[in-house]
Formats: sequence, C-alpha cells, structure tokens
Amino acid sequence: MIKVTDLHKSFGKVEVLKGIDAEINEKEVVCVIGPSGSGKSTFLRCINLLEEITAGDIVIDGESLTDPTIDINKLRSQVGMVFQHFNLFPHMTVLKNVTLGPLKVKDLSNEEAEKLSLDLLGKVGLSDKAHVYPGSLSGGQKQRVAIARALAMSPKVMLFDEPTSALDPELVGDVLEAMKDLAKEGMTMVVVTHEMGFAREMGDRVLFMDEGVVMEEGSPENIFDNPQHPRTQEFLSKIL
Amino acid sequence: MIENLTEIFTSPHYRNTLPFIARGLQLTLIVTFTGVFFGFILGSIFGLARLSKSKIIYGIATVYIELVRGTPILVQALFLYFAVSDFFGINFDALTAGIIAIAINAGAYIAEIVRGGVESIDKGQMEAGRSIGLSSTQTMRYIIWPQAFKRMIPPLGNQFIISLKDTSIFAVISLGEVTYLMRQYVSTSGDPFIPYIMLCFAYLIITVPAMIILRRIERRLDV
Repeated sequence: MIKVTDLHKSFGKVEVLKGIDAEINEKEVVCVIGPSGSGKSTFLRCINLLEEITAGDIVIDGESLTDPTIDINKLRSQVGMVFQHFNLFPHMTVLKNVTLGPLKVKDLSNEEAEKLSLDLLGKVGLSDKAHVYPGSLSGGQKQRVAIARALAMSPKVMLFDEPTSALDPELVGDVLEAMKDLAKEGMTMVVVTHEMGFAREMGDRVLFMDEGVVMEEGSPENIFDNPQHPRTQEFLSKIL
Repeated sequence: MIENLTEIFTSPHYRNTLPFIARGLQLTLIVTFTGVFFGFILGSIFGLARLSKSKIIYGIATVYIELVRGTPILVQALFLYFAVSDFFGINFDALTAGIIAIAINAGAYIAEIVRGGVESIDKGQMEAGRSIGLSSTQTMRYIIWPQAFKRMIPPLGNQFIISLKDTSIFAVISLGEVTYLMRQYVSTSGDPFIPYIMLCFAYLIITVPAMIILRRIERRLDV
C-alpha cells in the first residue's frame, strides 16, 4: 500500500534520511523504533509530505508523492496524522476540531459531519467532551481527540508521531487503548514510538532506525528477543 | 504672574473652546476610524505578503513598510497633500488626504503587527490543518488567522491610539480636526494657555478610556 524507495531527506547540508526502503501493507501495523535523531519522525513526515522529499520516492496506493501533478491536499486527507504535541485547534470546541476536515475538505453537510464526529468521539471515549475547548482536557484526552480528528477524514492509513511521548505516564494507557482498537479494526498504521510494549503487542512488523537508515526490520519477536544488528542490541539493552 | 494665576479660575476659555473641541474631535475620530480601518486592510495584505515565500512579494511589502516607517508622518502628509496632488493633478480635499495618510502610515505598522501575530502561532497548527487535507489558504483562514487575530488586538489598539494622536499633524494641511481648530481659536483670542490645556484634555478623554479598555481586553485574552 505504501512503498518507499531509496528515500533521502536533507535539511540544508545535513542529511537526515540516507536511503530508506520500506513497504507497508494494507491493514498492517508497523512500528518504527530507534534513538532520538535517527530520522524516525522525518521519515513519517515525508509520508504525509510535511517534509519535502529530497530524493527517492514514496508511492501510496499507486500514486507517487514526487509526481508534480499530485493533489497534495487530497493525498493528505487520505493519510491521517497524529502528532506528538496533539496540535489541536485551541480556538475551537472539541467537536469543531473534528468536524472541520469533513466540512471543508469532504464537503459533508453540518448534520453529517456532526454525526460522524460524535460517533468518533464516542469511539475514543470522549462523547461528554464534545462541547468543551481543548484547553480544559488532559493530555491523554487531547491525543484521543486528535485521533478522532484524523479518523474523521476516513484515511487509508494513520501515521502516529510519538503519540504518547508528551503524556504523563498514567495517561498513556488510554491513548494506547484507542490505538489498539484502531489496529484491531484493521487500520493500516505506521507508529513511531518509544512504547516497546505497544510495539511488541500490536506491531505486525518493527523497523529499527538509526543514523538515517533502517538498520533492521522484522517481527516484534525477532527484533526484541533476537536482534541481529549490534546497534539494535545496544539500543534495546539501554531501554528494556 | 498673579494675573495669570487668577486667569486659571476665571478664564472664559474653558467654556468657549467646548464647541470647537466637539466639532474638531468629530473629524479627528472620523479620520482615525476610517484611516485605521483601511490601514488594517493594507496591513493584513502586506503583513501576509511579508510571510510569502515569493521574494518579489516579500520585497514589495518590505519596501512599503520600510519607506513608511522610515519617514515622519508629517512628511508623508505633506507629500500626499501637496506633492502628489500637484504632480498627478488630482485634487484631494484635506479630509481624503488625511484618511489616506493614516491608512498608509498605520498600514505599515499594522503589517508588522500582522506578521508578528501570524508568526507567533505554533507551526504545528499549520501542519495539523494541512494534515487533514485543508489547503494553505483554508488553514490560514480557519485556523491560523482567528488565533493570530486575538493576539493582534492589544497592539492594534495601541496603533489606534497612536494614529489618533497622529491626526493632529494634519493641522498643517488645514484639515479641520481638533488641533487645527484650537490653533485658530488661539490665534483669534491671543490667549494660548487654557485653550491648549483644553486641547490636551480633548485627546485624553479619548485615549485614557481607550487604554483602560485595552488593558481590560488584554487581561481577558491572557486567560
């Protein structure tokens, strides 16, 4: 479904991604782990074209992101993104945060958009928060709203950029639950995470990234219990 | 000296200047409100232009802003009223010239307020908007601008007060606002002290309440 070939990304003279090849299949949950600065987030942001691709290519459902005629807005509406710092719209109620995309991009009617959004907020357990502003929510609640907001566009794939890294430890669980529900429904997901428990339990595949390349990939069992590359072993020994 | 002191209590000028103040302030306020209104439109356009990736658009906006901020408003008014009208053969009346001068002048300062306001919004907001498929114009309109505008209110209020005081220089182009009228009053009565005190009060009864309201809005926006 997503095919990444020899992806390079540079910021000025600094090359952050040095040739990434990866494939993400439909309904697959792929977790990307690795030390800070390894390029995990940049890799994810390239899939959504939040970062321009320097060289190489990403193809989503047959459409190449480097094709100059591609409709970026349409593509982005099909790729949901959840950010580390939630990035909710603070001047809108929770409900408005979720309905904005369906109203303005999918051209749904008000009633349709609200019904859809309330359903999604129910799914992440926040029906009662529909009419409050994001400022009054906890971090975990904010992140679940962000998930609902992304889902409202009915994306083909969901990207998660360290979705629990900015949360207090006791709030991580609710967000991970919402993500697990999503995975069980068959959503295609790419998750950059430090939550090794989640990667082990929910990941179909784990990519270990370091120094701008995918150093090792495999099933969670292989990566966590029997890592082959010395960098993977070193990384896992530090965090497990 | 003693004579002057008694004048403070017995001067007829307190009462006599009031009709001039009432009439002059009306024009002062009309010029300020209309000028700042158009200045806001100019400022929004040029402020956003300053954020443009296009070097040409950015360049044009920068030239406008720096030209205006680098020259005194008195010179701008003289230029507009005498030089431009002479050169192009357009005859502005003083009121039009005053409004245009305030609009152009305030526009440059407001452009910087707009730029600052938009830049102060976290980059993640633009990314979040784009990530759900909104175009950059839609993201600006629904997400960035409403938040940025809220932050612009205090500096916009300040600019309004500055522009209000700036209108006093239009006395040189014979725009009949409050300063001009008071100068005329003084030249006929020959007595400057009390009339100019009254002129100060004329500005203060607008600017002080404006500042108090502004401070209140600022406090509320903080929460």
